[in-house]
Amino acid sequence: MRFLPLIWMNVWRRRIRTTFTLLSIFIAFLLFGIVMTVRTAFGFGVEIAGNDRLVLINKVTLILPLPISYAQRIQQTPGVEMVTHQTWFGGAYQEARNAITSMAVVPETFLDIYQEIKLPPEQMEAWKADRQGVIVGKDLAKRFGWKLGDRIPLLAPSWQPREPWEFTIDGIYDGGPTVDKTQFFLRYDYLDENRPPALNGIVGWYVVKIADPGKAVELGQTFDAMFANSGFETKTTTEKGFVEGFAKQVGDIGTITVAIASIVLFMFGLVAASTMVQSVRERTNELAVLKTLGFADSKILLLVLTESLIITVGGGALGLAAAWGIVQLGDPTGGLLPLFTLPPSNIVIGVGLMILMGLVAGIMPAVGAMRLQITEALRKT
Amino acid sequence: MYWLRQTVAVLFLNLRTIPARLGSSAVAIIGIAGVVIVFVSVLSISAGFAAAMKGSGSTERAIIMRSGVDTELTSGIEGPEIRIIKEAPGIKRDGDTAFESADFYAIIELPKKTSPETTANVPIRGIEPAGLKVREEVSLVEGRMFRFGSNEVIVGRATHNLFVGLNVGDTVISGQNRWVVVGIFEADGGVAETEIWCDVQALQSGYRRPNWFNSILVTLESPDSFERLQEWLKANPQTQTVDVRRESEYYAGQSEQMTRLINTLGFGIATLMAIGAVFGAILTMYTAVASRAREIATLRALGFNAVSVVVSVLAESVILGAIGGSIGAIAAYLAFDGFQTSTMNWQSFSQVAFAFKVTPALFATGLLYALAIGFIGGLLPAIRAARLPISRALREL
Repeated sequence: MRFLPLIWMNVWRRRIRTTFTLLSIFIAFLLFGIVMTVRTAFGFGVEIAGNDRLVLINKVTLILPLPISYAQRIQQTPGVEMVTHQTWFGGAYQEARNAITSMAVVPETFLDIYQEIKLPPEQMEAWKADRQGVIVGKDLAKRFGWKLGDRIPLLAPSWQPREPWEFTIDGIYDGGPTVDKTQFFLRYDYLDENRPPALNGIVGWYVVKIADPGKAVELGQTFDAMFANSGFETKTTTEKGFVEGFAKQVGDIGTITVAIASIVLFMFGLVAASTMVQSVRERTNELAVLKTLGFADSKILLLVLTESLIITVGGGALGLAAAWGIVQLGDPTGGLLPLFTLPPSNIVIGVGLMILMGLVAGIMPAVGAMRLQITEALRKT
Repeated sequence: MYWLRQTVAVLFLNLRTIPARLGSSAVAIIGIAGVVIVFVSVLSISAGFAAAMKGSGSTERAIIMRSGVDTELTSGIEGPEIRIIKEAPGIKRDGDTAFESADFYAIIELPKKTSPETTANVPIRGIEPAGLKVREEVSLVEGRMFRFGSNEVIVGRATHNLFVGLNVGDTVISGQNRWVVVGIFEADGGVAETEIWCDVQALQSGYRRPNWFNSILVTLESPDSFERLQEWLKANPQTQTVDVRRESEYYAGQSEQMTRLINTLGFGIATLMAIGAVFGAILTMYTAVASRAREIATLRALGFNAVSVVVSVLAESVILGAIGGSIGAIAAYLAFDGFQTSTMNWQSFSQVAFAFKVTPALFATGLLYALAIGFIGGLLPAIRAARLPISRALREL
């Protein structure tokens, strides 16, 4: 600690060089934060999807429906706490390209199973009492400037009637950073009442909350066996597995983002290392003097490493903080990446990488400085 | 001309001393190469995807779907309406046969070769007998055409490569339907190659939706007869709730979301990286100037003017940019051009196979980025070099 002022003086010995090195490291970790956020967004919330929730879909494809009569049979199975269902509505606001993730649900069971959706109690009650009511995510409401009580017409050309469907906004939900706040939930009974009678009584998929996550596989097999050889066979996965499968269809975004992050960190790590090498080379003389004064080799090593760490951790911490700030502003693509958040675990990884970068960049010059022969060094220049 | 000769002389002197400063020059070169690699490779994803989509649509064909939908998947047209639409003018006819096919389009889940434990969506399309006449680019590469009225299917080449169990002779089990693969087809690299085709009536009965279609694909008499078809459909009260689009426009629209997403991210990341690389270049050039302070001062003392020093430092920086940019662009080209992959197109909710495409435009843009980074990075150090007080620089060291 006593030597901090000395290290500090050394850091700022060449102001321009240090400033630009700091800026490089700043950019490196700003990018790291943003790239990791993109990676998380393409995971579609794998980290938060529940292991105690099962998803039952039509075995042929998610697009095909299941009969509503399955609800009761699922509910009666031992180990099931609660069951709800969702149906893809496929609405668009004003024009077809403003597609909205809209789903028909049963408000009571839906809100019970998805505790992470935060909705004020009075809005919850209003929705439960209003067939035409909907709840929408905070981000979606902001995108179109919707307020509580607004009447919203949605185009839904895949259903008859083909005229726009009208809804009333009864609630605007919020949630933690991992909740998708761009969705639109209408009531299943309203959909069922207004669609052609031929389509009555079908739902998109079931979500089942189970008492013991350890029994997930077993229960899944029970359900699939229960509905085997019917006209609507099912495929059951945990919600986590379901989301993972979905992310996999999009492709290996994870590998691409990690590759980009590695290139970026390597590139800027090199800048830091080159700065440290030069900085130590210039000071050969001074270091020799320090040694003459009785500084131990280990102390010299520590001096140089600390200097390197100050630069990488200082620049890196500012960069990560800036990335965090940018992520708070929200998704830059206008709704294509609903889960735009920087997970705390990645911040920890980032800090670890800064320290690693500082050590790697500093180690060569530091060891060189430690091994300096006093007489040799003083004779130079 | 005098100052130009001076500049060239100083520049060559600078360039000849680069090997002595390899370490710090490498920092700039690698930094710039990194920017260009990331920029070119990320944008080659969207270029490849857009090309695959664009190549699928012809200006000589039109697709008719329910108004207000933007994919076949959500469109639905019933039999009686189909019969009326098929009478429309502007559609190519040859004797008794009209070049039109009402399709049923659905999705089934199949295991992918890369991850057999999870499944991915594959479109399955039922076509009418005229469907092959409309799509002239389609040809079989293996096996034979399916028979209408049977449960036989032919599989697109990309689907065959991506998914498990789609060889000629295999049976695909999907729910209670059994499909027998009898052939493999190609379609000039278009998205049809990621589909499975069968008889439209067989597919309708498999899905218990007789007389229900998703779209009609027609060949136009000529590219100009599109307007005639469109006006007729609008004027006829029974067909007012359908829309017709040129097939080329339809497929271009299908890639819109995906390319917008990738381009936003690609440009954003590359721009930030470029700013970082500018800092790297500035550091490199400052070092270069500092380490040659005495040399520069000597030149100035000998009568070389300030302009030649500025230009030579800038030129050195731009040359470093060009080297880094070329390395990056060539590396990206070698590593990614033609790289086969597939992704889910969110608009059609199914897999699309495509290859990364490093286009000449991308290559050029990447190089331009690199030169710009070199130029901006060299600016401040160049000015500093010119301003070095001659006497002090000569006295130093």
